[in-house]
Amino acid sequence: MKIVVCIKQVPDTKGGVKFNPDGTLDRAGMLAIMNPDDKAGLEAALRIKDETGAEVTVVTMGLPKADDVLREAMAMGADKAILVTDRVLGGADTWATSTTIAGALRNIDYDLIITGRQAIDGDTAQVGPQIAEHLGIPVISYAADIKVEGDSIIVKRQYEDRYHELKAKMPCLVTALSELNVPRYMTPGGIFDAYDKEVTVWGRKDLKDVDDGDIGLAGSPTKIAKASDKVRKGAGEKVVLDPTESVAYIMGKLKERHVI
Amino acid sequence: MDFSLDKKHEMARKLFNDFAETEVKPLAQEVDETERFPQETVDKMAKAGFMGIPVPKEYGGQGCDPLTYIMCVEELSKVCGTTGVIVSAHTSLCIDPILTYGTEEQKQKYVRPLATGEKLGAFALTEPGAGTDAQGAQTKAVLDGDEWVLNGSKCFITNGKVADVYIVIAITSITEDKKGRKKKNFSAFIVDKGAPGFSFGTKEKKMGIRGSSTYELIFEDCRIPKENILGPEGKGFPIAMHTLDGGRIGIAAQALGIAEGALDRAIAYTKERKQFGRSIAAQQNTQFKLADMAARIDAAQMLVYKAAIAKANQKVYSVEAAKAKLFAAETAMAVTTQVVQLFGGYGYIREYDVERMMRDAKITEIYEGTSEVQRMVISGALLK
Amino acid sequence: MKKMDLTQYKGVYIYAQQVDNVVSSIAYELIGKAKELAKDLNTDVTAVLLGHNVGNLVDGLAEYGADKVIVVDDPELETYRTEPYAHALASVINEYKPEIMLVGATAIGRDLGPTVSARVKTGLTADCTVLEIGDFPLNPPADGSEQKHNQLLMTRPAFGGNTIATIACPDNRPQMATVRPGVMQKLDPVKGAKAEVINYNPGFTKNNKYVEIINIVKEAKTVENIMDAKILVSGGRGVGSAENFKLLKDLAEVIGGTVSCSRAVVENGWLAQDYQVGQTGKTVRPNVYFAIGISGAIQHVAGMEESDIVIAINKDEDAPIFDVADYGIVGDLNKIVPALTQQLKEALAEK
Repeated sequence: MKIVVCIKQVPDTKGGVKFNPDGTLDRAGMLAIMNPDDKAGLEAALRIKDETGAEVTVVTMGLPKADDVLREAMAMGADKAILVTDRVLGGADTWATSTTIAGALRNIDYDLIITGRQAIDGDTAQVGPQIAEHLGIPVISYAADIKVEGDSIIVKRQYEDRYHELKAKMPCLVTALSELNVPRYMTPGGIFDAYDKEVTVWGRKDLKDVDDGDIGLAGSPTKIAKASDKVRKGAGEKVVLDPTESVAYIMGKLKERHVI
Repeated sequence: MDFSLDKKHEMARKLFNDFAETEVKPLAQEVDETERFPQETVDKMAKAGFMGIPVPKEYGGQGCDPLTYIMCVEELSKVCGTTGVIVSAHTSLCIDPILTYGTEEQKQKYVRPLATGEKLGAFALTEPGAGTDAQGAQTKAVLDGDEWVLNGSKCFITNGKVADVYIVIAITSITEDKKGRKKKNFSAFIVDKGAPGFSFGTKEKKMGIRGSSTYELIFEDCRIPKENILGPEGKGFPIAMHTLDGGRIGIAAQALGIAEGALDRAIAYTKERKQFGRSIAAQQNTQFKLADMAARIDAAQMLVYKAAIAKANQKVYSVEAAKAKLFAAETAMAVTTQVVQLFGGYGYIREYDVERMMRDAKITEIYEGTSEVQRMVISGALLK
Repeated sequence: MKKMDLTQYKGVYIYAQQVDNVVSSIAYELIGKAKELAKDLNTDVTAVLLGHNVGNLVDGLAEYGADKVIVVDDPELETYRTEPYAHALASVINEYKPEIMLVGATAIGRDLGPTVSARVKTGLTADCTVLEIGDFPLNPPADGSEQKHNQLLMTRPAFGGNTIATIACPDNRPQMATVRPGVMQKLDPVKGAKAEVINYNPGFTKNNKYVEIINIVKEAKTVENIMDAKILVSGGRGVGSAENFKLLKDLAEVIGGTVSCSRAVVENGWLAQDYQVGQTGKTVRPNVYFAIGISGAIQHVAGMEESDIVIAINKDEDAPIFDVADYGIVGDLNKIVPALTQQLKEALAEK
């Protein structure tokens, strides 16, 4: 069995958000990490590997420095890694990104493709289902559990107030929730091995059945009109009072604002 | 000369740091307060491959270099000195001598389960009457048929009682030199927990590293198989000394980590804490102290890493190890004392971690050779 | 991307999500927003209703403002599955050519939306919080290239709520967006309002993309919906324990509010995830939001900053929650909250 896991290198927005003195986001100051949902997807793949001996290939599209997350994935136990990088791919929206990754995946054999549900930088949750659509395979989003059963997979598909247990014939694509599992740590020996292995690097010419008009900024149907770091609601009053005075203060404000 | 780490080591540090922050830090205070051995952490470290980092893969290890292992002890010790020494004693004092002096059978039988973390290791040299002066030792081993029979006791043994495998140094003969002075000849042994006649005495109540399990070992006609002698008979003393050279690099890394952890806390705290209307980090006294500590820690790190690299490349690295341990331990003590001072009253209470770090730091100047012993080793090499 | 003839595309469409033959609240919220957009574009609002035996839901959509309802009613659409639903919605789009297609950013919409957008070859902007009609580029380009008018400008947070981007889809139709539940306002329903109903069935043929539903497990939802609450009494790590949430529950009961919480509380197992406010929880906009023992991590703030009045109680005077609070009280919640509950009880009893 061959599993492909699509991963993305993202700035760590959890806990480590940094701002420049002018209030804008300090992107360079934030750590680059493997996107958490993708890491859960990788862990799910590695558990299938532990059970069945499946081969796990990780794929990412990004800048050359995304090599780091591929090494990390191999240090956790992935067998092979592919980096899709090319200047003409820059500025891609989800449509162009999914087109590109689908073009890369057409070169390799797979039974199961796992992506994270969404990346913490974009939060779109679109690339996984769109890859499946471009490849013409079924997609099961929001997986909270994945099991392999013969030539099919059984997935617990999470909704707000319920889950569906779904069965799909492979090949298919599943998007993983970070709640799926707790990803394993890399091992020190795995790290050493990961740097001794080769990462396959593909560019534009390696993408199969992809038009020039469907990649990068030019191939992106959505365009950014304006982007800014969010201006937050300003602070109001802050008081330090003893408990009795604090209560009186709150009561006063609730009356003033006609809450009571 | 290149002082930057390569990508492998950078990523290994990230791994150790993640693990320490996620798994070790949340337990550190409780483990200290209750003097509880953090078995769950050891189990997780075993799974992550931390219990056999510098051990070749053929013996179940990770196949990494001593520097990677040292960085692991360093990062763990940043948040919990107890966890740092558990790994250090296990790796440097138990696995390393078996790897260096053991027969192929011993390596297969003992190193593999130790390196995978299935078993935990310990090392027993110190006795009630023999600390720095090993010649004061009393524990004896006598060959009786196919078995060695051990009698005596060992004290202050790290990982005592929780360990499964113990390297024990015992007297196997006494000879006289030409002047008629008696000389004890030692041998090293591998003793399994559960060997008949092997028991544990009292648990030590310590100032610091309180989650580490420190016990007295008691041997009363303890019988172990003849083949459990480690290295040649009579070579126990050089084996112990060489083992301690490696161990000292581990303890130096522990001390380095404690100092780094304390400085991290100090930076965060002094930026937050306001006195006289501004953060105490805005005051020059604080700034200069932080600068001095940072410079000293960097120097300690270079000595420690240099010793680790020497261990990888040299047969003998006693002086490098002694310098690293001496300087890192004294740095840890000085830095933690300063940091407690910067925290003021909050530094002295247990809610904040820095008083624990100061207590943990002290032992690094004492065990696996006191600072005085390190000075003897260094000056001995200078004056020989 | 292939050049499209954009002039063929007309009308604002919304996907009227239904589950178990009950229209989801998001559908009405989308109609509310779509009415505004349709007014600016001088067009009307069409709801697309997919399901089986769902004809009875049409009038509700009309009452909330839909001018037309396209119904695809087929046994294959009994329960949501990506493929028959994506086929149905993509077929409606290809047949009726909407200018704008809005979908709720729900667990269904965030699967259906991207699949359909890839199939009909158009852009999709996820999790929008603001939608308006305007020009793209926003200002006339200096190089004299075309500035398009009457474009859908879709604004959404990214980077965990730290940045905000406004996105357009100038060359492809429909302009698709998924919209965060709880952000757009429903209109007041007009009793007896009727919509033009169009029944359409593209036909369904099973293919490899159909998955099999083995089991459906509904998870007990006995909890109040924090997104509907007018007053939220929200607790964080500082509350200290599950038991101590009683202080907040008492306050909520007296003031007629609902208890909610931060992520730390869910992680500690003190409250279920349904109560969680924030980036990974729910977006709320109550009239009053009490943030009690909540430090105010950016991910939490992203889910509550639209609240009308924010009252924060925290013992740490540097807690970031004070940066978004209208009224911040530095103090011990264990002393303040019970006393406040008592005073409120007395004040409300007088009325």
